[in-house]
Parts: sequence; structure tokens; C-alpha cells
Amino acid sequence: MLKILKKILTTGVVTERFSMRSHVARGNEDELEQLGIEIKRHIDKQFSGSIAVRQVDAGSCNGCELEIHALNNPFYDIERFGVHFVASPRHADVLLVTGPVSRHMQTALLRTYEATPNPKWVVAAGDCAACGGEFGESYASCGAVSNVIPVDAVIPGCPPTPLALMKGLLGLMGVKK
Amino acid sequence: MSVSKWAADFLSQLSTDITVAEIDIPSITLWQIESHAWQRFAELALQQNLRWAAGWAEQVQNRFLINACFEKQGEYFLLRTIIDDSSPELTSQATVYPAANRSERHTQDMFGIKFVGHPDNRRWTRHQAWTENSYPLRKDFPVQGTPVGITAPDMHYPFIKSHGAGVYEIPVGPVHAGIIEPGHFRFQAVGELILNLEERLGYVHKGIEKIAEGRTPESLAKLAGRVSGDTTVGHCWAACMAMEQAAGLEIPPRAALIRGILAERERIANHMGDIGAICNDVAFVFAQMQFTRLRELWLRTNAMVFGHRLLMDRIVPGGVACDLSEASCALIKKEIAELRTELADVILALDLNTSLEDRLYTAGFLSEQTAAAFGTVGYVGRASGQDFDVRRDAPYAPYDRVTVKVALENQGDIASRVWVRYKEIRTALRLIEEFIDQLVAGELRSEWQMPAAGSEGLGIVEGWRGEIISHIRFDADNKIVRFYPRDPSQLNWPALEKLVLNNIVPDFPVCNKSLSGSYSGNDL
Repeated sequence: MLKILKKILTTGVVTERFSMRSHVARGNEDELEQLGIEIKRHIDKQFSGSIAVRQVDAGSCNGCELEIHALNNPFYDIERFGVHFVASPRHADVLLVTGPVSRHMQTALLRTYEATPNPKWVVAAGDCAACGGEFGESYASCGAVSNVIPVDAVIPGCPPTPLALMKGLLGLMGVKK
Repeated sequence: MSVSKWAADFLSQLSTDITVAEIDIPSITLWQIESHAWQRFAELALQQNLRWAAGWAEQVQNRFLINACFEKQGEYFLLRTIIDDSSPELTSQATVYPAANRSERHTQDMFGIKFVGHPDNRRWTRHQAWTENSYPLRKDFPVQGTPVGITAPDMHYPFIKSHGAGVYEIPVGPVHAGIIEPGHFRFQAVGELILNLEERLGYVHKGIEKIAEGRTPESLAKLAGRVSGDTTVGHCWAACMAMEQAAGLEIPPRAALIRGILAERERIANHMGDIGAICNDVAFVFAQMQFTRLRELWLRTNAMVFGHRLLMDRIVPGGVACDLSEASCALIKKEIAELRTELADVILALDLNTSLEDRLYTAGFLSEQTAAAFGTVGYVGRASGQDFDVRRDAPYAPYDRVTVKVALENQGDIASRVWVRYKEIRTALRLIEEFIDQLVAGELRSEWQMPAAGSEGLGIVEGWRGEIISHIRFDADNKIVRFYPRDPSQLNWPALEKLVLNNIVPDFPVCNKSLSGSYSGNDL
């Protein structure tokens, strides 16, 4: 137990804060913080402080999932901006969909969409979700998410970086403002 | 190509039963046999303790080539038979090698080849996106297929049934509760205890093998890098290795070393992420936070030094598309030193934690026999006594110039798999340092040479999940005519059905994570 406490204390808070300018060489922390704050402002206005996101992999290669996971690591900690991931579409405001929609996942995606209560937004994350990407349309793939369900915002990238995902969410807020 | 003693003995023993034509193609030993001896060969191979490693088919005009790849003591060979497309039938090897089971079902769905005597010939990769009597990998099947508006769900898949008082079923998926790939799991349980688990995968089938046809080497490398996004380096390397063999191309020493560094960085990133996630699945969030933090730092260095957080598209046919400056080398070395100190702290905290001990030891037990029967590879196999690592046993550049220490455990539980992965991180850190020390100035990429029509290659590398086998055949004009990647998950997934038995349903997520199979790499 002491080891754990010691490690927690010596690690400190790595979550990237507004004032934290010393790590600029590592990435774009300032931008991250500003983005997050803007997201929070929009969320506050429209969803009383938070949005619930249900992530749906509709056929991705798992690259996008890895980066979406990263949103919850201590550096980005997207929950502090009121964005949190939920286990059921029935709890969700936003569907974050990745991958080209494989034909084998088409019905599952449609049902997930139907299970999400209104008002709902759909964000297509990653190049495959945006336009079919490397896989395109074929006997096995429906291509872009918008070929299957209505899409409100698109986040390009292969895969989109955690920062790009945050920007994308911001774009969504802009669309619906 | 010279054959080793066991292979020579095996061949002479075979000759009493089976006519084997030995064909030498670059870098692979090919044994061609008659189709009626297909199953008999497997029986004899099993007696000699050969490991079944991969199986796939190809269509060449009006004939099918059926391939299987076997390995013993680090020596691989390719077994092939040719059948006519008028009666595409073959005896099954899955009766002898359980590892071949799903592979043969895949071939059955994609080519319409019937494996006579197969113990379980239900459809596997096919759901409802194409009809029962059409086969996507046949040449007359159009890449666009004949899709209907909405593909129906696969409602009537004949799952195994169980009966009896108190037995109930839990269907899970394809959409899971977490941020994870889709697949379906059908549990039969009594109380909390799992009686049986059946996996139903294929949901992320994207037609990778079909859309690979007609691609150029560059374009195929990009596709291979997306067979499984977490293994982008591994798959891209295996595919490029296969293409380079077909073209008779040597890559420059500097490119090989950089490939090695990329592959080890990918291994470390994934191992760190998964160890954290395993701890998180038993509610030990401290480890999750620490490991996701370390992983993030690692990925940021990837972005800074190599230009991509997950290292996609850094490996290209003939070499690599990124270089390492002196400053980058110094930075990587410094980061490695820091990571060692951090890991020492975190691992000590994990090791002393009684709640982890309680949840991870003895849970998800995979016996050595089952691990061997399914041909499990990577850390899943190595935690259950399967002492094999391509980097050590069939070394390729740059691993042929270093000593690779292979971690091995034999308790076969979740804890074993965690320890193997931790030890692999340690080994990988050392390997990166050695590769950096050996970096020589030179070219990053050999000039591409157009391979002859019909030439083929077999790329075999150790990805972070284990052995990856990639087969490529060229047509005329530098175009790919067949690409088959065998992700390690294809061999490891069936082991999950066994290792969860007699565990409680709530422990399924941690059992699943300890295996960490790729859905995309399995479904193709």
C-alpha cells in the first residue's frame, strides 16, 4: 500500500493544465487545454454540463479505438470536460462510430442508433468512418458511416490523434449550436 | 535449400506412404503432395510433433492451390496440394490439428472448398453479406458483390445448445460495453460458473483478402498495416518481407535495424496498455492510470521521432520510410532508462498487491496440452509452456545479430500471461538499445524490382501478439494476386473458449483481456 501511495504522490498530476507551458516540446498541451475548455462551455450550455458518449466499432482495424482509449488517460482525462463514455446506447447523447461499416455490422449499428434516445448526435471518427478509408465499399463493407446512419460530424485521421478527437467533438458542438 | 535432420528423416518416412515433390522456391521449402494424402500427411506430421501454423487457399485459373504451413524447431515449410475446381473437395486436417479448424471453415466460406470429415463445418466468416453458394475469393466473384440495402443479422447461426435445470444462456455482443472491437460471445452458465463459451466472430470482416487483389506493393503495405491497427508494424513488416522475398530483394541493414526498433516499440506500447487494462478489469485502477500514462509518453515519442503515434506506414516495400537522427537515438535511450525506473516502481506495487494476487492467480487457466493442441503462439502460448519465438527460433534481420531472451512460464493463468508480457517489455527495451548501438549509416530503402509473374513469398515475423505469417503472390505487372495474413489471434482465439471454463462470468473480461485477441486480424 505504501508503494502505491508513494508512486501516486511522486507521479503527481500529469493532466495537462492551462498554465502548463513547460512541456510544449512534448506535444500541444496548451491547445489541448483551450480545446477542452471550449468543449466544456458548449456542453454546459446544451447538455447541462455533460455528454454521454457511446463508442461503436462498426468494423475498424482497432487503431481508432486505441486513440479513443487515450482520451481517458491522465494526460487528456476528457471526463473533466464533461465528456464521458457509457456502456449502453440507451444512456448516450452521442454515438462515436469508427471503421468502415462492415456489412456484418450494419444491422447492429442500425439497432444501436435506434436504441439511442433523441436528441442524438453521430460522430464518425477516423478516415474509414469518414469515407471508407483504405477499405472503401465492397461486398463486405458499406464504406462510410453516413451510408448507414445520419452523421453530424466527421473526424478525419488514420487514426485521429486524441487531440483531433477533441477538436472533432468541438466541431460537433459548432454544428449544433 | 538444405533440409535439417528431422526434415530429412520425416521425408524418408513419408516416402513409404505419400509422394512428396520437393520444390525450391526462394526462401521457402515447398512440399507438394497429392490431394488424397492431405489428411494422412497431417497424421504423420503430428506424430513428428510438427506444429500446424497456417492454412489458406488460392485460385489459379480452374484449379485451387491449398496451402498449409508447418513448423518444427524453427524451420518452416509450406505444404501444397492442387485440386480441380470441378469437385473442390479435400480431406480435413482439422481432425488431426484442432488449430486448423477455423482456418478450414474460413476457406470453406471464402472458396467453397469442402473439407471432408471436418469436425465442425458450420459457416464461420460468412454471416449474411453473401449467399451460401457464392464464394468471395473466387475469381468470378465481383469485389462489389451483390449487396442488398440492409444486410440481415445472422440470426440463425446454430450455436451449441445446452439443456438441464439451472442452465441459462448469456448472449454478449456484437456491440460490447467498452471501447472495444465487436464480436459475439455465447455463454452457458450455471449460477456464476461458465459451463461453455462459444465465440462467434466475423463481424468486422472487411474483405481484406479480396481488396488486396490487384494492388501495387506500396498500396498493399498500407492495407497490411491496417489488418489490425494495434499490430500495424507487425503486419506491415510480414507483408513487406513476403513481397521482398518474391522480388528477390534484400533490404539495407539500416532499414532492418529501424524495423526492429519499430516492432519492439509497438510491442512495448501494447504490452503496457494491456497490463494496465487487465488490472483495471479487476478494479485496480492505480495500475491502469500508471500504464496509460507511460503508454501515452511512449506514443508521444513515436509521434516526435517517427511521425506517427502508432507507427503506421513507417515500413514500406524495400525498407523504411523514416530515419533516426543522433538526437533521436539519444532521446530514445534516455526514455528507456526512465521507463525502466518507472516500471520497477509500478511492477513492485503490483507484485505486492494481494487483491491482484487473489484475482489473477489460477484464473483463466490454460493447460500446456490445450495450448499446444490449438497451436497457441506469443505470450498466450509462452505462459503455458510453449517455448517458441520467431525472433529467436527462426531469426530474421535484425534479430539474427542479437540474442533474444524468451520469457517462459508454465502456470498458464492470467498472472503468467502478465508476467510474460512484463518480461517481454524488459527484453524489448534491451533490444532497442542494442539495435541503436548497431545502427550503421546507409540506405533506408532498396530500389524495388518487379517480381516475376507467379512469384510468391512467405513473411514470418514475431508481432507483439506472436507469430505473424503473411503469404503474397504476384501477378504480372507488379500487381498482387493473393494476400493472406495470418494474425496470431487466429490461433489464440479458440484457446479463450477453453481457458474461461469453470471461471465465473464476471471474470470473463479479464480472461479475455489477458488473451487480447484481435477481432479485425481474425475476421479479415
